[in-house]
Amino acid sequence: MAATTSPTKTVLRLATAGSVDDGKSTLVGRLLYDSKSVLADQFDAVERVSRDRGLASADLALLTDGLRSEREQGITIDVAYRYFATAERSFILADCPGHVQYTRNTVTGASTADVIVLLVDARKGVQEQTRRHLAVASLLRVPHVVVVVNKIDLVDFDEATYDRVASEVLDVATSLGLTDVTTIPVSALDGDNVVDSSARTPWYDGPSVLTFLETLEPAGEPHSEPLRFPVQLVIRPQAAGDDEHRDYRGYAGQVASGLVRPGDPVTVLPSGRTSTVAGIDTADGELDVAFAPQSVTLRLTDDVDVSRGDLIVTSRSVPAVTQDVEGTVAWLADHRLAGRTKVLLKHGTRTVQAMVTEIKGRLDLDAATLEPADSLELNDIGHVTLRLASPIAAEEYLHARAGGSFLLVDGQDGTTLAAGMVGDALLATATV
Amino acid sequence: MTVVDETPGTAGRPTYRLDQLAWLESEAIHIIREVAAEFERPVLLFSGGKDSVVMLHLATKAFWPAPVPFPVMHVDTGHNFPEVLAFRDATVERLGLRLVVASVQDYLDDGRLRERSDGTRNQLQTQPLLDGITDHKFDAVFGGGRRDEEKARAKERVFSLRDEFGQWDPRNQRPELWNLYNGRHRPGEHVRVFPLSNWTELDVWQYIAAEGIELPELYYAHERDVFERDGMLVAVTEVSQPRPGESVERRLVRYRTVGDMSCTGAVESDAATVEDVVVEVAATRLTERGATRADDRASEAAMEDRKKEGYF
Repeated sequence: MAATTSPTKTVLRLATAGSVDDGKSTLVGRLLYDSKSVLADQFDAVERVSRDRGLASADLALLTDGLRSEREQGITIDVAYRYFATAERSFILADCPGHVQYTRNTVTGASTADVIVLLVDARKGVQEQTRRHLAVASLLRVPHVVVVVNKIDLVDFDEATYDRVASEVLDVATSLGLTDVTTIPVSALDGDNVVDSSARTPWYDGPSVLTFLETLEPAGEPHSEPLRFPVQLVIRPQAAGDDEHRDYRGYAGQVASGLVRPGDPVTVLPSGRTSTVAGIDTADGELDVAFAPQSVTLRLTDDVDVSRGDLIVTSRSVPAVTQDVEGTVAWLADHRLAGRTKVLLKHGTRTVQAMVTEIKGRLDLDAATLEPADSLELNDIGHVTLRLASPIAAEEYLHARAGGSFLLVDGQDGTTLAAGMVGDALLATATV
Repeated sequence: MTVVDETPGTAGRPTYRLDQLAWLESEAIHIIREVAAEFERPVLLFSGGKDSVVMLHLATKAFWPAPVPFPVMHVDTGHNFPEVLAFRDATVERLGLRLVVASVQDYLDDGRLRERSDGTRNQLQTQPLLDGITDHKFDAVFGGGRRDEEKARAKERVFSLRDEFGQWDPRNQRPELWNLYNGRHRPGEHVRVFPLSNWTELDVWQYIAAEGIELPELYYAHERDVFERDGMLVAVTEVSQPRPGESVERRLVRYRTVGDMSCTGAVESDAATVEDVVVEVAATRLTERGATRADDRASEAAMEDRKKEGYF
């Protein structure tokens, strides 16, 4: 392979959250604009539309509101993905809408995020959506949260106001079990503390939002986690004339957690058969080590039966397999979930028939407590029990983001019904 | 890809991190493999343009040492650059793939479609594309679209459901959680899949450089007879002729996107090698579609409207 011309950069995924009108799109527009990720023709278009609407200056929110109905209503409806890079890092940003009815989009954005950027209006402090989004960050175990106390210009850059709002937010975050929370005073509109440190907040000596994001340590060191490798498909060339690979049999997948080396003892789940890693293949050659989230192909020393949906794990840490799963679900469908509903459950690369046998309760996000419920509506987060037609290696989401996450899917029309997390995430949230 | 960044971590142990290109490659391969495993009849849209070339390259890596397990499809507007068609055919031949061609010209010849007054054929691609998908019963269609290209694309999922009319409903998209993609669909529906969703134009070029991927020559600086129209440099070809008042000049140009000759513009450039192009793209102040696509200049929502109808 030719030498790379790119400097070594890592990827950081972030998701925005906050109430409507907290200035999320403006902050994102500002990050893109000030990091020079907005190109001239995009900016011209924003200026033109802003002028047409009689605005005095370019409305940076227009950079991210991509759908016709969003621009018409002046609100963000769906998650928009944005890309920007600095010399240090590439960022993938999921810009999530703030309306209460779009909480499911915040769940979506948070599921892949390394950090949530939560906006709070310095004049208003903690709102219903602030609480909700902090609860979502906690439930989905987003490793870091940065709270942007925005519109600091509208409170005259007042330190006491900032301190009050920051401590109010931190209190809620702590009660939800969030430990890694940073606050930053910002004016997204004027750019204070977005990219460069502002001279108008002399009492604040922390980093700007961008500096914070550039220096953040992503969570999850592969060497501290056990190997989990969901098998996507079996690679068997069998091509006529391909003598070299006639007997080749490899298991293709993406390392979900941990790392793997040739010689490692492994167990295949759910069967429980054991083997040893014979080799790690890629189109670029064999590897001495593979780690999350690399896509590779594993060969095993034994001719064990392995197919799509199986999970290859290190034999040093083998999760239990089960047909009974207790989990927390964020209900994402328009129709209501009542008791005893047949669904499909997708966990890693395995999809199985499942029955929701019981709804144990619904999370009251304001009080962060579980209340009794016998059904779940759109945007509800509840605790359910499931009975599966065949076993999966369900791990507590609290300890394993990959091994503990699942989807519930409507077997008839294919709709995604719920985001699921194995274990009692509610309890962990409410009592910590 | 070069992947391992085994620099000593804080505890003196190595930290295992993928660099940006390796991360993107790994994600794309995962997506491509999910489709091959979960769908019955996938197809990959291949035009010979750089994004589709990168996507096909990723597919060859995803299944190695086995061959790519699905065919490729090209919607031929009849206005394609001949060197790109030659590149397409050579690539298909080299990889031993099956090529399905949906021809806009056939539709014009037998009257199923009519030529537009402005002579461009970009929007005419939608019907042959959808018919091709239906006729061959394709249930998953890989596209090279990237979210950084355009505002409506920034909102689209990696697995994007199309109804039985091929339409995209941006208000009713499935949430996409973790890396658990949901490809379930009803008979008659299909799923468009975008493995390069998270790539930028610069990522694509850096990857082309890192992997030594071959592209049609017109992506690199060359001399060509062009004239200026709507602020774009249009090549003199049988389907794009200068009108009165438009003067033809021989200039050093390259193409940032390669589509229909009638609506794709060239940019002035002396970037003759892939390394030159990486430098040029990193410094550019115009998006690739804004610089080179007349079809996207029509309105704020031109792409959204075309996508709703079933466009790429």
